[in-house]
Parts: sequence; C-alpha cells; structure tokens
Amino acid sequence: MPAIDMKTLYLALVLAPLAGSVIAGLLRNQIGKAGAHWATILGVGVSFALSAYVFWLHVFQGAPVFNENIYTWMVVDGLQLHVGFLVDNLTAMMITVVTFVSLMVHIYTIGYMAHEEGYQRFFSYIALFTFSMLMLVMSNNFLQLFFGWEAVGLVSYLLIGFYFKRESAIFANMKAFLVNRVGDFGFILGIAAVAMYFGSLDYAQVFDAAPAKAGETIGIWGGSQWSLMTVICILLFIGAMGKSAQVPLHVWLPDSMEGPTPISALIHAATMVTAGIFMVARMSPLYELSETALSFVLVIGATTAFFMGLIGIVQNDIKRVIAYSTLSQLGYMVAALGASAYAAGLFHLMTHAFFKALLFLAAGSVIIGMHHDQDIRNMGGVRKYMKITWITFLLGNLALIGFPGFSGFFSKDAIIEAVGHAQIAGAGYAHWLLVAGVFVTALYSFRLYFIVFHGEGPRDEHAKEHIKESPAVVTVPLMLLAIPSVVIGWMTIEPMLFGDYFKGVLHVASAHDTLGEIGEHYHNQIGFISHGVMALPFWLAMGGLATAFYVYMLKPEIARNLAIRFDWLYGLLTRKYGFDEFNQAVFAKGSLLLGKGLWIVGDRTVIDGIAVNGSARSVGLLGQTLRWLQSGYLYHYAIAMILGLLGLVYWFVIR
Amino acid sequence: MSADWPILSAIIWLPVLGGLLVLFSGDKAPNVSRWLALAVAVLTFLISIPLWTGFDASTAAMQFEENIPWIESFKVNYHLGVDGISMPLILLTTFITILVVIAGWQVIQYKPSQYMAAFLIMEGVMVGVFAALDAMLFYVFWEAMLIPMFLIIGIWGGPNRVYATIKFFLYTFLGSVFMLVALVYMYFQSGSMEILGFHTLKLGLTEQILIFLAFLAAFAVKVPMWPVHTWLPDAHVEAPTGGSVILAAIMLKIGGYGFLRFSLPITPDASSHLDWLIIAMSLIAVVYIGFVALVQKDMKKLIAYSSIAHMGFVTLGFFIVFMIAANPEVQTGAILGVQGGMVQMVSHGFISAAMFLCVGVLYDRMHSREIADYGGVVNTMPWFAAFMVFFAMANAGLPGTSGFVGEFMVILASFRADFWFAFLAATTLIIGAAYTLWMVKRVVFGDVGNDRVAALQDVNKREVLVLGSLTLAVLALGLWPEPLVKVMDASITNLVNHIAVSKL
Repeated sequence: MPAIDMKTLYLALVLAPLAGSVIAGLLRNQIGKAGAHWATILGVGVSFALSAYVFWLHVFQGAPVFNENIYTWMVVDGLQLHVGFLVDNLTAMMITVVTFVSLMVHIYTIGYMAHEEGYQRFFSYIALFTFSMLMLVMSNNFLQLFFGWEAVGLVSYLLIGFYFKRESAIFANMKAFLVNRVGDFGFILGIAAVAMYFGSLDYAQVFDAAPAKAGETIGIWGGSQWSLMTVICILLFIGAMGKSAQVPLHVWLPDSMEGPTPISALIHAATMVTAGIFMVARMSPLYELSETALSFVLVIGATTAFFMGLIGIVQNDIKRVIAYSTLSQLGYMVAALGASAYAAGLFHLMTHAFFKALLFLAAGSVIIGMHHDQDIRNMGGVRKYMKITWITFLLGNLALIGFPGFSGFFSKDAIIEAVGHAQIAGAGYAHWLLVAGVFVTALYSFRLYFIVFHGEGPRDEHAKEHIKESPAVVTVPLMLLAIPSVVIGWMTIEPMLFGDYFKGVLHVASAHDTLGEIGEHYHNQIGFISHGVMALPFWLAMGGLATAFYVYMLKPEIARNLAIRFDWLYGLLTRKYGFDEFNQAVFAKGSLLLGKGLWIVGDRTVIDGIAVNGSARSVGLLGQTLRWLQSGYLYHYAIAMILGLLGLVYWFVIR
Repeated sequence: MSADWPILSAIIWLPVLGGLLVLFSGDKAPNVSRWLALAVAVLTFLISIPLWTGFDASTAAMQFEENIPWIESFKVNYHLGVDGISMPLILLTTFITILVVIAGWQVIQYKPSQYMAAFLIMEGVMVGVFAALDAMLFYVFWEAMLIPMFLIIGIWGGPNRVYATIKFFLYTFLGSVFMLVALVYMYFQSGSMEILGFHTLKLGLTEQILIFLAFLAAFAVKVPMWPVHTWLPDAHVEAPTGGSVILAAIMLKIGGYGFLRFSLPITPDASSHLDWLIIAMSLIAVVYIGFVALVQKDMKKLIAYSSIAHMGFVTLGFFIVFMIAANPEVQTGAILGVQGGMVQMVSHGFISAAMFLCVGVLYDRMHSREIADYGGVVNTMPWFAAFMVFFAMANAGLPGTSGFVGEFMVILASFRADFWFAFLAATTLIIGAAYTLWMVKRVVFGDVGNDRVAALQDVNKREVLVLGSLTLAVLALGLWPEPLVKVMDASITNLVNHIAVSKL
C-alpha cells in the first residue's frame, strides 16, 4: 500500500476541480480566457490522474473498500449525518469515467467556445459540475447523495441557460429544474422514509439492516398496508426518473439541448443523467427486497427505451436526435436495473458515456463547421470536409447500434439477454420493447449519419465554402473518446459482467440472478459475439441500418410518402406524444389558475375583503350610527325620550 | 452561568441609547449620523459575540442572567437571560442590523439620522424581547417594537403606506391584547411575572385552551400564519428595504419564538389538543401560499408570500411533536422537528433578508418592484445576477445552502408524524422552486428588457459587502449546521421533555 494517506488523496481528488472552478469564476477578469481554461483543466486533470490511480489500486492491487466520514454535518435527535466518502469498485469506475469524459470536454471546449461570450463562466461551471458529480458518486450516505444530486441539477440549470438572452434557453433551464424537482420530491420522501425506519442515512448501516426489514409494512392510506421496501424503493426511483429522464419525467432532457454542445455531452449524456442508474445500483440491497419496485423500474425503463427512440426518427435537429437516443439508452440501463442485472446497467452506463459523449462532441464539431446551424436538412456530404469528425462519428454510431465487437454491442446484448431471463412481472413486455428498440436505434442513428455525412454537400453555398475540419483541441478529444467507444466493451465485459468486479458492491438475490444465468454460457468475447450474431437483435440492428440506407440514401421520397401516409403517427411523434402540451395545459396553466383563484378569492375577497376590511367597515358603520344618535339637537333627544317612554309603557302596561 | 458584567443589558441598551444619540445628532451632517449608527451597530454585534463563545451548550438553564427588582409591589422584575433558543436569535438580530445600516447608507436621503435611530432602537427592543424572562418586561418590549416599525413604514414607506401601517398596527396590536389578558391571568395564578414560573404552573385543560388561543392570536399574527397573514404583503410592499429586512428576518421570528417560550411549555396539553389546528394552518401556508406567491406581479409581494410559506415549516416543525410522540412506531423525531423549525427561522433570517436586499438593489436603481418592468438584468449587472440566483436557489431550498437544512429536518420529522404531512410539506420543493425561479427567469435572465435595464449599473462595493456577508452566512449554515444545532440541543431537548409531561 502506498504511503500517501487515502483520505487526503480523495479530498484532493474532489476539491481540485472545485478550486479550478472558484478561480475561473471569481477571478475571471484577472486571469483571462487562457487562465480560466488552464485553471480548470489543471483541476480536472489532477482529478483524473488521481481517479486513474485509484482505479488502478482497486483493479490491480485489490485495494480495500474505503468508507470514512470527513466531517459531521449534524447530529440531532439520534440521527448522525455526515459528509464522507465510500470508495469501492463501483465508485472507482464512476470517478474514472466522470473525470475522463470531463477532461475531454474541458479540452474540447477551448475550441468550441473560442469565440463565445462568457468563456470563463463556462469553464467555471463545468469544473463545478465535475466537483458536484464526484461528491455524488463518492458519497457514503443518502444525505450527501442528495447534496450532489441537487448540485449537479443546479449546474445543469446554469448551463442549459448559458445563452441567457435566448428565451428558449431560459425556459428550458427552468423546465429542467422544475421537472427534476418533481423527481426530488419523491426522492426526499424516500430519504425521509429511510431515516425514519432505519434511524440512519449511512449506506452501510442501512444496507446491513435492510434484510431484517423486508417484511415490514407501512400504513399510508387508511388501513391498507404497503410493503416498506416497495414504498422506499419507488420513492427513491421517482428521483431517478427525474434525473435520468424516464417517462413521464423525461420532458426536460430534449429541451436541455439549448445548452452549449460540450455540456450536452458531459452532463446530459455521459454523467449527470446516469446518476439515477448509479443510485439504483448503489441501492441494490434495498431494491432486491421488493419485486414490485423492480417491476416498476423495468416497465418504466423499457417504455422509455422504445418510445423515446421512435421520436428520434422524426427529429431534424442534430442534437435532438442524439438527445432522444440518450433517453432511449437510459431506458435500456434502467430496464437492466429492473431485471436485477445491475452490472449490465452499469456496464452500459460506462460504454454509453464514451460513445455518447463522442457522438455529441462530433455533432458539435459538425455544428462548428456549419457555423452553428443545427438543422440536419441543411447538412449533407460533411464527410468530404471533416474527415476526423466523420470517422469518429461513424465509430460512435456503430457502438451505439451495437455492431458486433464495438463496446455498445456487449453492453446492450447483455441487457437484452438479462431482461429475457427475468421472471418478474412485466419482463415479457419489457423484453419485446427492448428487442424492437434495437431496430429503432439503428434506424435513427444511421438516418442521422447518412443525412449529415453523405449525399450532396451543405444546402447553403456560403456554408459549403467555409466548412472545414475543426481544430485539434476539438478533434483530439474525439479520437481519444473513440478508442474506448470501440474497445472498452471487449476489454471489460468479463470482469464487470461475469467476474467479481462488483462483488460485495451489488447485491442480487439468487432468484433474480439473470446475469448469472447468462454467465453460465459465457466463455469469451468471441463466443459472446458469435452467439450474438445468431440472435434476433443483431439482425434487427442490421435491418435498421439497411432501412436507413435504403430510405435516406436511395429513395428519399419514401420517407416523405410515409410521413404523409401515416400522418397521424408522424404527428404523434413530432408532437412527442403530447407530453409537453399536456404539462403546459394542466400543470403550468393549472397552477397559475389555482394561484390566481386562491389569491383573488381567498386572500383578497374573503380574508381581506370580508374579514379584515369588512370588520373595519362594520366598526366604521357602527361609529356612523352612533354619531347619528348623538346629533346634539335637543329635539332629537326629546323624541328619543318620548319614544322610549312609550315603549316602556307598552312593555309594562299593555303586554 | 452568569456573566461578570451585564452583557444582555448592554446589547439592549447600547443600541437604544446610541439610537437616541444618532437622533439628536440631527441631519445637518448626515455622514456623522451614518458613521455613528454603524459604529453603534458594529459595537453591539461585537458585544453579542461572547454570548456565543461563552455559551455553555451542555445545559438548558438560562445563562447570562440578570435579575433586579423593577416594580417591587407587583413583583415585576427586570429579569434577563438566554438559553439555546433565544441566543442564536439575538445574534441574528445584531448581525442583520449592521447590514440594514449599511444598506440604508446612500439610499435614505430623507431624514437619515431618524432612519438610523429607528433601526438602532428597534434592535435594542427586539433583543429585549428575546432576552426577557419576566412576562411584563417581555410585553413592554413586545409592544415597544411596534413603534419604530410603525414609523419606519409610515415615514420612509411607499405611496400606500398609511393603509399598510394601520393594518400592520391593528393586526399585531389586536393579537397582543389577548396575550396580555393571558399573562395577567397567569400572574394572578402564580403570583409572579416569571416566565419560567409559568412553565411549571399547574393549569386545567379549559384554562390552558383559553390561554393557548390568546397566545395563538398574538403569535400567529406575528409569524404570520394563514389566515392572519394578509398584513405582511402590504407591509412589505410599502416598507423601505431596511424595514422589510428587519420585518422578515427578525420580527417574524418573534412569533415563532413565542410559541417555544410560551405556548408549548405553558400549555402543553392544550397544544397537544389543538396541534391539528396549527398543523393544518402550517400546511395550508406551505401549499396555498406557495400557489399565491406564484402569481404575484410585485417582487416584494412574491417574497413576502414566500416568507409566509417558509414560516409554515417553522410552526409545522414545532407542533408535530405531539403526533410523533403519539406514534408508537418511532421513538425519535420530536426534537428533530423543533430543531428543524429553529434552524429554519435562522436560515430564513438570512435568506429573506438577502432577497429583500436584492429587490432593494433593483428598486434603488429603477424605482419599480414590478417584475414586468425588468428582464435581462444579468446583461448589465452580472455580479448582482450571481447573488440573486444564489439567494433564489437558497430560497428554493437547494442543499448546501441554509434554506435546505430546516426544510429537510422538518420533512424528515413530519414523515414520522404522518406520511401525508411530509407529502404536503415536500411539495415546497416544487412550488418553492417554481415561484422563485420563474421570478428569476423574468427579472434576471433574458435579453435586455428595456432602456432602463440597459442603463443599470452593477452592484457597488457597499452592496457587495452586504450581499457577500449574507452569502457566507447562508453557505456556512448550509454546509455545516452542526454548531447551531449543538448550541440549541440542550434547550430543545429540555423543552421537548417538558412538554411531554402533562400538566393535568
């Protein structure tokens, strides 16, 4: 074991990007553009180097699990809340992926944002994001998890609204934050439930105590009793649905493309949106205790995977196609979790982080070439002008559709196989959607590829003259990301899926051990591939690719005819199933209407109008009446006396 | 523990006397009165620091006590002292007052010496409310508090200030009259005006309920709780920035403090009987008021409504105690709720002050509070925008800021009382974020809205100093609430144990 104190190392690992962010943010005018990118790149670079070292320690040196508190946040009422780190093999994998992609994005940004306003601010934000994400994945308790969870949400908010002059951007960032808050609403209730029933928010303590609580129930509504574990797991998963953009809380992710492309790659593809998958995998000791929750997770994931992929086919914005692809791939990961194939979900998380970051950054490179035009209908023939971008994009695409041997092939096949072996409710439905989703994935991916990179050159003559390959700061990260996109699956499938890399981290009940069943037939990568190419998903992928080639390269009119022929379906997809309209009409308008009603009727009319000013008026009225009685005229008093006398006489005598 | 010298008296009377001095210094040399006021405020704050550093957190007993006879024939004493509940609120008061003095430096050109004097006197009186252990003394300070605030709104307020001041005065005065009756009744029962003596006074259920309702009338108006909250938005809208800051940051806390010092310990059985009422009012405050805040067109009104919603967490945290105690499945949570309410009070002191100061910064430049008059402020005021977004996030309860801590604790505690309490309370995560961020979107972000926004100047050094100190406070409490919680722990544990014992 090395002499260096691990706690110090982890603190340095986390704080280096924060320091970079603070320097770039507060001293932005003093240090200038170069100072800002050097400060943050240095910070993230240190972080990556240390992460790689930690990864090496864990993989090759068998380093023990690190679980220590850094400081005590609060001790109250028997509840001990700390900030601390848990570093095991899962954490080691996550921090390495996060810091590597982040570093690539930092370098790439030098080129992408070169001529943009707010250059320093951008670097400050992405470094802050890296810090927050590290805090999230390295947490050893639910509280800090929530800290990181919301902090990445904050940075995402700031970055989606980076172009704050654009109305669509500042609408999108508010929408993203609020939809995520709906998820967090469930998440915090889940945390409250854990705190209440376990008396602790520390992972280790909660996971140790969980099996004993498997049979407990909780009364929510009237006399009906719910399984405690189901309630906790579903509440926590609602948080994941927000962060990882699962139906119906997915609506913010496509709009998040308003942010600059580097953050679409970093935050909205590779890292932050996978926080939900990470969280559920981390909580596997809890999820394994509730089949109901697992079914829920499985069905939501598969639904997202298939139906969001379909929308990708009709999008014309280069980034939005990839965004819908991200939604769909996140659905695959979530479905894997539901099938208790946590390792497969994480494996796909990793491969996807590389190839999706690559696709986004390559798309960004195209966008630079096209002078920030993102409409694919204006593109075409880009391969002739941008060779590196073209090749790397193609590699990313092949990984995405699961072409044999590429990283995505291993991870996606594992998920589909695992779901196929799952026995819980909803597994059949999920399996078919995931299989059909393979065709959809290949179709939208290669539709995009053919339209952008092949065919006639850019539509606009001006664009055609100026389009050229991006500078090295842009293309080098593409090449560096392309390498793992191709090979990482091959290299890591054995230890991650069928070996003991995640041993002691992920808990899988023997009844749910879908990956174990596949593992029995696993011999090596070649065997896995040859098994894969005999199966339906591979042929569906090839079918999708061929269809895209035929329709978009050979007979473009087919697409138009289909759109006209099936205009109801086309309309449904372009309107994204109407989720946005529904939310806008019901939730947004409804809240405003309710607020207006409560304010005008409740506050102004009833409380102020009747109760407050009403009492004031009644007092005034009383005063008026009394004043009228005391008029000061003698004859008024005389008449009053006579009337009073008559009244008394009447009372006493006649009655 | 008692101090060697009367530290509490010093914190009360130094600003009052200093205020009078400032008042008499007149407006001929406004800078002299400004610097004098600042010196008094800073000195008071420095004197109050030993309350924190010299505080013995291991005991629930009153500390820094001073007790001398005042009106001997009625056994009324000048009795001061602090425990873990009042001490943090006193520090909050002395801290915020400095900021208010600095914030009013340039803006107040009309009778600046009287303005500064009013705030200093206000400070002393508010500290008196927190430190008084004699009910008569408490009541005197309580009522005295109305006068400077009445003047602040009435003299330096907006166009509709007369309606607002009268409404403010009548509301709070009406509430406190009932409290006076209750205090006098308990005086006759116990033979003294000692508040701690009231705590141990045996009272029947009917008596308790009447006393509880009398206190409720006083404290609910101050907090303010739904449905007696409508004075607050009017008062805020008309008040000058400094007035809003004191109102939101300190005066509202006095209502919450009253529940802890009077209602819960004096009438535990009535509190237990009527806890459903307070819980319902609190949850209505969180949800109903949240929706009302959403549709406000005036920034100050929006923040005022947001204050009411946030204070709902305070009263919710205080009164779920009894339901948690009644739930056989859980042993803990009661202390968590009360602690959460207290943390929320301190945090809201920082955040609401900051939000009102932010609006003040804009108002000083544009003389408008209408959201629609703004748009794209970030283009011309980038540093200000950073502050505003930060405080907005704190207002929306972002973890890492103080706004999260109290809400989190109360949500956790209310889950132990009833799932649906937690459910309704947690909706603030969505509604609170919605009204705050929507305002930020319309005011801060976007393209430059009009020529007046285009001409805006970014925050000056004085404003950076004020907003920067609050930023540090909000972050410190959010990242490390343990010191605050620790200081309050013994007193709150003692309180919870006390109210668990029936007086019947």
